[in-house]
Amino acid sequence: MDHLSNLEAESIQIFREVAATFERPVMMYSIGKDSSVLLHLARKAFYPSIPPFPLLHIDTSWKFREMIAFRDQIEKSLGIRVLIHRNEEALSQGISVFTHGSAVHTDQLKTVALRQALDKFNFDCAIGGARRDEERSRAKERIMSFRSQHHRWDPKRQRPELWHLYNTRINPGESVRAFPMSNWTELDIWQYIRRENIPVVSLYYAKERPTVERDGQILMVDDDRFPLNPGEKPVMRMVRFRTLGCYPLTAAVESDAATIDDIVQETLSARTSERAGRLIDYDKPGSMEQKKIEGYF
Amino acid sequence: MQQVTLDTKRSLLRFLTCGSVDDGKSTLIGRLLYDAQLIFEDQLRGITIESQRKLGDEAALDLSLLVDGLQAEREQGITIDVAYRFFSTAKRRFIVADTPGHEQYTRNMATGASTADLAVLLVDARKGLLVQTHRHSCIASLLGIRHVVLAVNKMDLVGYDEKVFRTIEAQYREFAKQLNFTSITAIPMSALLGDNVFKHSNNMSWYQGLTFMTFLEDVDVGDTKIDGPFRMPVQWVNRPHQDFRGFSGTVVGGSVRVGDSVSIQPTGTTAVVQQIVQFDVSPDVAKKGDAVTIVLDREVDVSRGNVICSVAHPTSNVERFEAHLLWMTELPVQPGRQFLCKLGTVTVPAVITRITSKIDVNTFTQIPTDRLEMNEIGVVVVQLETKVAHDIYDNNRDMGGFILIDRTTNDTLAAGMILRDVVQVQNITWHHMDIDKSARANLKGQKPAVLWLTGLSGSGKSTIANLIERALWSEGKHTYILDGDNIRHGLSSDLGFKAEDRIENIRRVSEVSRLMTDAGMLIIVSLISPYQSERERARRTIGDEFIEVYIDTPLEECERRDPKGLYKRARAGEIRGMTGVDSPYEPPTLPEIHVKTMENTPEKSAMLIVAWLRSNGFLQNH
Repeated sequence: MDHLSNLEAESIQIFREVAATFERPVMMYSIGKDSSVLLHLARKAFYPSIPPFPLLHIDTSWKFREMIAFRDQIEKSLGIRVLIHRNEEALSQGISVFTHGSAVHTDQLKTVALRQALDKFNFDCAIGGARRDEERSRAKERIMSFRSQHHRWDPKRQRPELWHLYNTRINPGESVRAFPMSNWTELDIWQYIRRENIPVVSLYYAKERPTVERDGQILMVDDDRFPLNPGEKPVMRMVRFRTLGCYPLTAAVESDAATIDDIVQETLSARTSERAGRLIDYDKPGSMEQKKIEGYF
Repeated sequence: MQQVTLDTKRSLLRFLTCGSVDDGKSTLIGRLLYDAQLIFEDQLRGITIESQRKLGDEAALDLSLLVDGLQAEREQGITIDVAYRFFSTAKRRFIVADTPGHEQYTRNMATGASTADLAVLLVDARKGLLVQTHRHSCIASLLGIRHVVLAVNKMDLVGYDEKVFRTIEAQYREFAKQLNFTSITAIPMSALLGDNVFKHSNNMSWYQGLTFMTFLEDVDVGDTKIDGPFRMPVQWVNRPHQDFRGFSGTVVGGSVRVGDSVSIQPTGTTAVVQQIVQFDVSPDVAKKGDAVTIVLDREVDVSRGNVICSVAHPTSNVERFEAHLLWMTELPVQPGRQFLCKLGTVTVPAVITRITSKIDVNTFTQIPTDRLEMNEIGVVVVQLETKVAHDIYDNNRDMGGFILIDRTTNDTLAAGMILRDVVQVQNITWHHMDIDKSARANLKGQKPAVLWLTGLSGSGKSTIANLIERALWSEGKHTYILDGDNIRHGLSSDLGFKAEDRIENIRRVSEVSRLMTDAGMLIIVSLISPYQSERERARRTIGDEFIEVYIDTPLEECERRDPKGLYKRARAGEIRGMTGVDSPYEPPTLPEIHVKTMENTPEKSAMLIVAWLRSNGFLQNH
C-alpha cells in the first residue's frame, strides 16, 4: 500500500472509533486545507452514510472573506450541518487583534469561544485536523488527547497510547480531542489534495492581492477594518497562503504557485515551516503549548 | 533544505530512539535532522535563540530542543513524553518516535515502541549498559520489534576508544541472546559532534561500517506485517437507510474477496461477502491495512466488537488467556483487581486472576511474584467477562494486544500481549460491583466461607477453631474467628442468656459473618447456637458460604471436661439456662461436616475440616 493510502486508512480508523465510542462528537472545521482533507476523510470513513456528527466552525469574525464564502458553499453542496459559534460577548466588547494584540484575540475569540461552544452543545469529543509536524508541542500529543472538565490538557499526564488501540473512555464533563491526521505532513496534505481532487479555498493559490509589509511579514488587507499606519498603502503583490487563520494574524508568502502542481513543488522546496506565517506562535517561547493547556485546539 | 523527490511510493520506516536518560536520544535526532539539512529555517532560528538563552553562549546550539517540545522538558533538559518527527530523504520516509529515558516515563517509551519497526538503543560509552538499556530492550522485544541499532554514543568522551565500543557491543550481544531480535547493528558515534551520524567520523577510522543515516536508509526490516488469515474487527455498523447494512472496519490480517465465505466471531455464524465498499469504488478484494465496509449476503447478527474472519482459520474466543503485561501506573497490581479490557474493538470487564511471575529485565529471567509494580513486566492470567475474538500477539499484533483501563478514572493502566489461551477449569461467578466479594477474595487468593461450629459448651469448638485458623494461616489465607465468649464481651455485651437474647446474639454474629465474607475472608464461628431454626436463619443470611460444622461431643464428656466450671455451677443451680442442663440443644440434622471428638483428637478434627474445605474448592489457588 502506498504512503498516502496508508495515512488515509489510519485516519479513517480513528474517525470510526470516535463515531462508535462517543455520544456527541463534533468535527472542528476551520475552512483551511487541513479541514478540507479532514472533511474528505470523514466522508470516506462513513460512506455511504454521511458523517454522523456536525461540523463546528469557531468564527472569530476576522477570517478572510473568501474563507467564509467557501464554507457556505461547502455546507450547501455537501448537505452537512455546519454549526457556527462566535464569542459574542467578547465581540461586543470590541475585542480585536488590532486593539488588544494577538494573545487576547486568540484567547477570547478562539480558545474561550471553543470552550463556550463545546459546553453549549455538550460535545464529548472534538475532532481536529492538527498534525504533529506543525509544531513542537503538537508533536507530543496523543491521537486521542484527553481533556479535563475544564478543557485543559495536561502534557505531563497523557494516557499511554499503544498500537491503534484508543482509550476513548471519559467521565461526565470530560472530553477528548481526536486528531485523525496526526501523522500527516504538509507535503502529504498537498499530495493528497491533488490525488483526490479536493476543493480548497482559493487563497492557497497565488494571485495579485492587496498587501502591506510589517516586521518582514506580508499581510493581506482583506477589508476596511485593517488599520493602515500613516502613509501606509496596500500594494498589489503576487502572494499565496501556506496556512489560513485570522487575516491579521496570517502572513502571506510571495509565490507564483497558481496550480496544485505548483504548490506541491513549492512545498517540496520550502525552507521555512508553514507555521512561520502564523504570528500567534511567536507570542512567547512555548506559547502553543500554553494555549493548548488552556483549551486551544 | 535537502531536495526530496515527489515519489509517494518510497518505503516508510517507523523507528524509535530509546535507552537510559542522558544517553543523548533527542540530541541524536536533532543532529540527524540538522546534518541532513532537514530543519526549517524558522525552526532553527527558534532553537538557536533558545540555546543561547539557556547556555549563555553565542555559538551554542542545543539540538535536543528540536524534539523536546514541552516547556517542562526544555526547562529540565529531559524528555518526558514521546515526540514524533517526520522526515524524508531521497530513499525513504521516516517517522521517528523520540522516547523518554527516565524509568518514570516508561509508559511513554512503550507508546512510541508499539508502532515502530526498529529500535535505536542509545548507550553512553562512559556508562555502558544500564538497567534502562535492558528494560527498553525487553519491552521492544516483547512488543515485537525485531531490529535494533545499538548506538554507542558520546565516543568523544572516551577518546574514540575502539576497545570501549567493542566491550559494550559484546556485552549487549550476550544479553540480547535471550531476546527475540533478528538483527543487531552496533554503531559508535557522537551525536553532539556528529561522528558517524550523517557523516563518517574522522576520529574513528577503525570503524568501517555504515553511518547511522545510511543504515536507516538501507535497512530491510523485512515483512513485519505478517499477513496471516483474514481478520476484520467491526468498528461501526454502517446503515444509511433500510436497503444498506454494511460493517465498517480495517483489515488487520490477510485478505478477503467478494464471494468468500467468512466466519463471524465470537458467535461462530457464517456468511458470504457480497460487496466491499469504499468511497468511490467497490473493490473485489480487501487487503491488510485497508479501511473498508463489508456487505454480507444474509441477515446475521453482527455488531461492533465482532470480528469477521477466515472460515478455515477463525479467531480464538475463550474468555481466559495468559499474557505479558506491562504495568504502567503508580499503584501496584495484585490478582483480583477488576478492569475494563480493550482488545480490538471490544471493551469488556476483566479481572487479573493470577500473576505468575515478573521479568528481571537485567537477566530476562522470570521471578515468581504475585504483584507487579509500576514499569514491571509480568506474566498474568486475564479472565474476560464474555467471549472475545482474539489471536496470539505474535501471530497478529492487532488481534493480540490489549490495554487495561481503570473502571473509575478511565486511565490506561497496562498494556498486554496475549501469549496463549487458558482453558477454563471452573466457572467464576461474576458480579457487577466495581470491587466485589470475589475480587476481594481473589486478591487474597481464596474463596470466602463461614465455618459455623456448633456444639455444646466444652465440646471443643474454640480449641478446634484455633487449630483450623493456624492451618489456614500457614497456607496464607486471611481468616478470622468469631468466638461466642469473645462476642459477648463486646458486640453482644448488652445481651443475656434468655432465648430471645440468644437469638439476637446469633443474628448479630450472622450479619457480621456476612459482611466479612463480603470482604473476602474465611470466617470461623464458634458458637453453641443450640436452636436448629436459628442456625437455618444464619444460613439464609450468609448464603452459600455457610458451612455447618457439628462438633459432636456427648454431654457426659463435656460435663467431665467442664473447662470453665459452668456445668458444675449450673447443676448447683447457680446459673440458669445452661444448654444441655436446663436449656435444650438441637443437634444439626444435616450438617456439612460432622466431627465426632470422641473418635478424633482436636488436631485430627481440625485437619478433617480443612480437608473438607480443600476438596470442596475453597482453598484453590486462582
